[in-house]
Amino acid sequence: MSVPQSGIQTPFLLKKPASLWRLLLRVYGYLWPYWKHTAAAYLSLLGILALSASIPQFIRWIIDTGIGKNQPQVLTWSVLALLGLTLIKGVLNYFQGILSETASQNVAYDLRNEIQKKLTQLSFSFHDTSEAGELLSRAIQDVERLRFLTGRATLRILEGGLMIIVTMIILIVMDLRLGLFVLISMPVLVHRAYYFGSRFRPLSLMIQKQVARLTTAVEQNLRGSRVVKAYAQEPGEIERFEEENQQWFELTRASARLQAVNVPLMFLLSNIAMVVIILFGGYLVIQGQLTFGVLLAFITYMGQLVEPVRRLGIIIPAVAIAGSSAERVFDILDTVPDVQDEVDAQPMAIVNGHVRFEQVSFSYGKQTVLSGINFEVQPGQIVALLGATGSGKSTIISLIPRFYDPTAGRILLDGRDIRQVTLNSLRSQIGIVLQETTLFATSIRENIAFGQSNTTEEDIISAAKAAQAHEFIVRSPEGYDTYVGERGTTLSGGQKQRIAIARVLLMNPRILILDDATASVDTETEHLIQTAFENLVKGRTTFVIAHRLSTVRNADLILVLDHGRIAARGTHESLLKTSKQYIEIYNRQLRHQEGLS
Amino acid sequence: MSFSIGSSSPGMGPRTVLENFGGNQREGEMFNRDVVKRMLLYLKPYRWRMGLALFLTILESGLTLLSPYLLKEATDSYILKGNFPGLVRIAIYLALTFISLYFVSAAQRYVVSWVGQRMLAKLRSDLFRHLQRLQQGYHDRNIVGVTVSRVINDVAEINELFSQGVITLIGDLLVLIGIIVVMLTMSPKLALLTFIVIPLMLFATWIFSRQAKKAFRETRSKVAAVVGDLAEDISGMRVIQAFAQEKASQERFDKVNVENRNAYINAMTLSFVFLPSIEFLGMVATGIVLWFGGRFVIAEEVTLGVMVAFLSYVTRFFTPIQELSRMYTTLQSAMAGGEQVLKLLDTPIEVADAPDAIELEEVVGQIEFNHVTFQYRQDTPIVLDDISLTIPARKMVAIVGPTGAGKTTIANLVARFYDVTQGAVLLDGIDLRCIQQSSLRQFVRIVSQDPFLFSRSIEENIRYGKPDASEDEVINAAKKANAHEFISHLPNGYRTKIQEGGVNISVGQRQLLTIARAILTDPKVLILDEATANIDTVTEVLIQQALERLLFERTAIVIAHRLSTVRKADWIYVIDQGKIREQGTHTDLLALNGMYNDLYERQFMGA
Repeated sequence: MSVPQSGIQTPFLLKKPASLWRLLLRVYGYLWPYWKHTAAAYLSLLGILALSASIPQFIRWIIDTGIGKNQPQVLTWSVLALLGLTLIKGVLNYFQGILSETASQNVAYDLRNEIQKKLTQLSFSFHDTSEAGELLSRAIQDVERLRFLTGRATLRILEGGLMIIVTMIILIVMDLRLGLFVLISMPVLVHRAYYFGSRFRPLSLMIQKQVARLTTAVEQNLRGSRVVKAYAQEPGEIERFEEENQQWFELTRASARLQAVNVPLMFLLSNIAMVVIILFGGYLVIQGQLTFGVLLAFITYMGQLVEPVRRLGIIIPAVAIAGSSAERVFDILDTVPDVQDEVDAQPMAIVNGHVRFEQVSFSYGKQTVLSGINFEVQPGQIVALLGATGSGKSTIISLIPRFYDPTAGRILLDGRDIRQVTLNSLRSQIGIVLQETTLFATSIRENIAFGQSNTTEEDIISAAKAAQAHEFIVRSPEGYDTYVGERGTTLSGGQKQRIAIARVLLMNPRILILDDATASVDTETEHLIQTAFENLVKGRTTFVIAHRLSTVRNADLILVLDHGRIAARGTHESLLKTSKQYIEIYNRQLRHQEGLS
Repeated sequence: MSFSIGSSSPGMGPRTVLENFGGNQREGEMFNRDVVKRMLLYLKPYRWRMGLALFLTILESGLTLLSPYLLKEATDSYILKGNFPGLVRIAIYLALTFISLYFVSAAQRYVVSWVGQRMLAKLRSDLFRHLQRLQQGYHDRNIVGVTVSRVINDVAEINELFSQGVITLIGDLLVLIGIIVVMLTMSPKLALLTFIVIPLMLFATWIFSRQAKKAFRETRSKVAAVVGDLAEDISGMRVIQAFAQEKASQERFDKVNVENRNAYINAMTLSFVFLPSIEFLGMVATGIVLWFGGRFVIAEEVTLGVMVAFLSYVTRFFTPIQELSRMYTTLQSAMAGGEQVLKLLDTPIEVADAPDAIELEEVVGQIEFNHVTFQYRQDTPIVLDDISLTIPARKMVAIVGPTGAGKTTIANLVARFYDVTQGAVLLDGIDLRCIQQSSLRQFVRIVSQDPFLFSRSIEENIRYGKPDASEDEVINAAKKANAHEFISHLPNGYRTKIQEGGVNISVGQRQLLTIARAILTDPKVLILDEATANIDTVTEVLIQQALERLLFERTAIVIAHRLSTVRKADWIYVIDQGKIREQGTHTDLLALNGMYNDLYERQFMGA
């Protein structure tokens, strides 16, 4: 089951820049169900812009008319107007924030649900080759970047852009010469901010990665502390750590330098523009071509413009990064499951358990794993599979619940091709106990009842008893309510295995797939698990990857696999007489168990 | 700082505001003398740079305050009086002020970050070095994740306070005080009227940061729930699909996903209220300046220039207030983090080299336990009780017994991962405590049950105990360990990187690699804690062969789980409850028909 195949890749940069727009468009498409929120947010933005644009005019009015023409009532009206407008602006800001946050959080919510759903639909061949950490980072970080893009980032870009246009028009109307000067200075500011943003972001990502490397270095060192000590490699470990530590220092220093040079520079640029306005505007005031109020309004407009423009420049590179996030997210969403229900698939009724493989072949990429497998099993029989690692044992058992589909041939269950029935109805009749047991972070009870909606307490306990698990469960701190996994009791390999057996016993499937190896357990436990296995197999069609003499002895059919083919078949007695390969396996693996069972 | 009048924006987005006020919270005291003293020691080598940073900060504050004053001069003395040459001169001063401000604040930012990051790197390095010297007992007792967080996160919190925090605070305080003083000097009446806004801003900020903490904590835990649920789904996907539980898992995920969305919208709502409130309070200050100031100008009590300067000063109230109110949290988390870091730095090294410890030249390989008693801590039960035994050089001894009998402890004591409580462990007649640890471990090698490999290349892993080994030596060791064949079949051969959790090679193959690693170092005494993991038959045979080669011609102490091992052992000790119960050869012990016979039947023969 661990044959490598081309899984999902991690593109750091977009291959085709042209596709950026298509990607972004698709991301914005997720806003569609929330178009009312979005539209209202953008309308609020227009209101906010209008209010911001009007505020300096009141300052001008106060200076030129109120003070200049000695009309105190103008002061009162203007100040009240300013407060009133700011209040309205605040309310609009509030609504704009809530609306766009709601819309964008919903986009993230929808995307995450879609990703999770997709992951449950994707077949084993996908999960074999993808890394959990990578999938998680796409569902969390990448989605977060897309959320930012559909929410605040877009608002900020529009805000900055519109703010520049509106303010420019007003300034030019107020005074052409001063206005034109501001018009020239803005692109410089945007460009500097963009320059900074496009260098700062990659550097921040590199620092993040370096901190992760540093963390891994410490973690590995601590996990392997016995090995470190056993081989007296402390100096080497320190040297390695110092290298990463130094690398971190260099990166953060580079980032500090970039920030130290550029962040104050943006302030300097806007401040210098301000000086020019004061100088030139002052000249015009002296010449009587401009009122002092207009000059002050100019300065106020400049002050209002700086922040949005600076942010605009910094956000644009973030959008470019969101492009690759979008690519990674859609990469998952666009993957087509290898195994899915046929259009006309029917639910399957409870089966008897007759299984038949007809000329089944399976390849993984170019590698042939199984070829021309034929065999038949009667209901209630036990089939033991033997063979070296990679001989195809695991693949055969994975084909029955359709974790993979055969490349050629077919598998019949009670005479019906398993591809003609729904996956759901097929899998709910097959119980699986493999070597590695997955328990979920919940109570023992829920772990046993996993997948069964209506079970009674008695059913659960009797399943646990038959699985030889009842005793250790009641000895656990909270019995069946004991929490397992993270933040809960950790169970030993043997205990987990018995819970998995109880789970399948409760499910009571007609068909059983198991690996009869036990994890590293002491003798007592070993015996308990053995008993549990025996209870489990009773009366079910069973496919077992066999490690035990007792299993092969009880098997109705033994299949000896070699390089994807059935090299020999028969019962224990008959194979001992006829198959050289079986005798070899028997001598190496099973013989020492002779005389004990 | 950008120069502006009229609008006072906090200069942060709503998300940043929320994170600044809500994040980074820990309970605890605000001031801890030990922490402060020790951290100042770390800053000591950089005291001149810190001094420089302080000087630059003061300069920056001064320059920041200067520009509105120059604007006032420009207004009153030149623009309104029609003096253009004077205006040009003021404009030049103003430009010079801004240019110096640029250089000063660039230098200040750079120096402060440099010192902070240098100190952080040094602290991390000291912690790491100390961890290397700490005895295995410490590592056995402490959770890896917690210790990692000390080295990575707690240290960063300290840094935030001691370099950035203090300097920023001083700068902000200076600016705030400076503004207050300058305003009072220019027009006490107008200044006092304007200051009404400051307590209101403080109050709003205080309320917000209290709410933000709660809300932010909520978002943290909800995100963690989303990550947790999804991680579990991914790791348990095979079971979910095998049991046809896709629907149920989607519903479960939807629940945490909804909660996460709602928690964020709730938390962000706070920011959406807070930011406009601050902006409004800022406008109130501006309004006061305009209304009262305007009247004073008309009454000729103040000049228009003073009013203009005031308009500019009032936009600067908020930033220092915001920093001040964050100070409490910063202090708390730095002290809490500092305490943890100090605790780790000051953890005593229990297994240390004696000052007169010797370096071994050559070793024959005889191991002796002389009335050894051991308990892990004083308040824990006795694990080994007066054990005496001798293992002759180049003999193989197997130790068997039920789980918890003390087998692994014997292995730990020979490797001197722990020191004995009473008695002594001797190598060639020398007490292990008289030998330098690094020297001892050149000759005595423990190979552990759990095959730990580093996430490095296979080559580096084999070479681990002997970093200068040649490629031939590595390949030879791999061949002896029966690992060469599977390694050469890997796409990148010896350069294949071991992935975390070891998904790319099997457990059996990992064991072969740990054997190769041990073979390469050619130890005189070998302690082998046999693994019992499930390994397919073919690999099992390879492992047994490799182990035979590893054990050949060495003193070997094997915690045995394999039948083949006990059969081959020169002598077997049966341990139970910290005492030697039986000893002898395999045949002797079977004939005894006692505890060994029992164990043999159950443990080695399988059910």
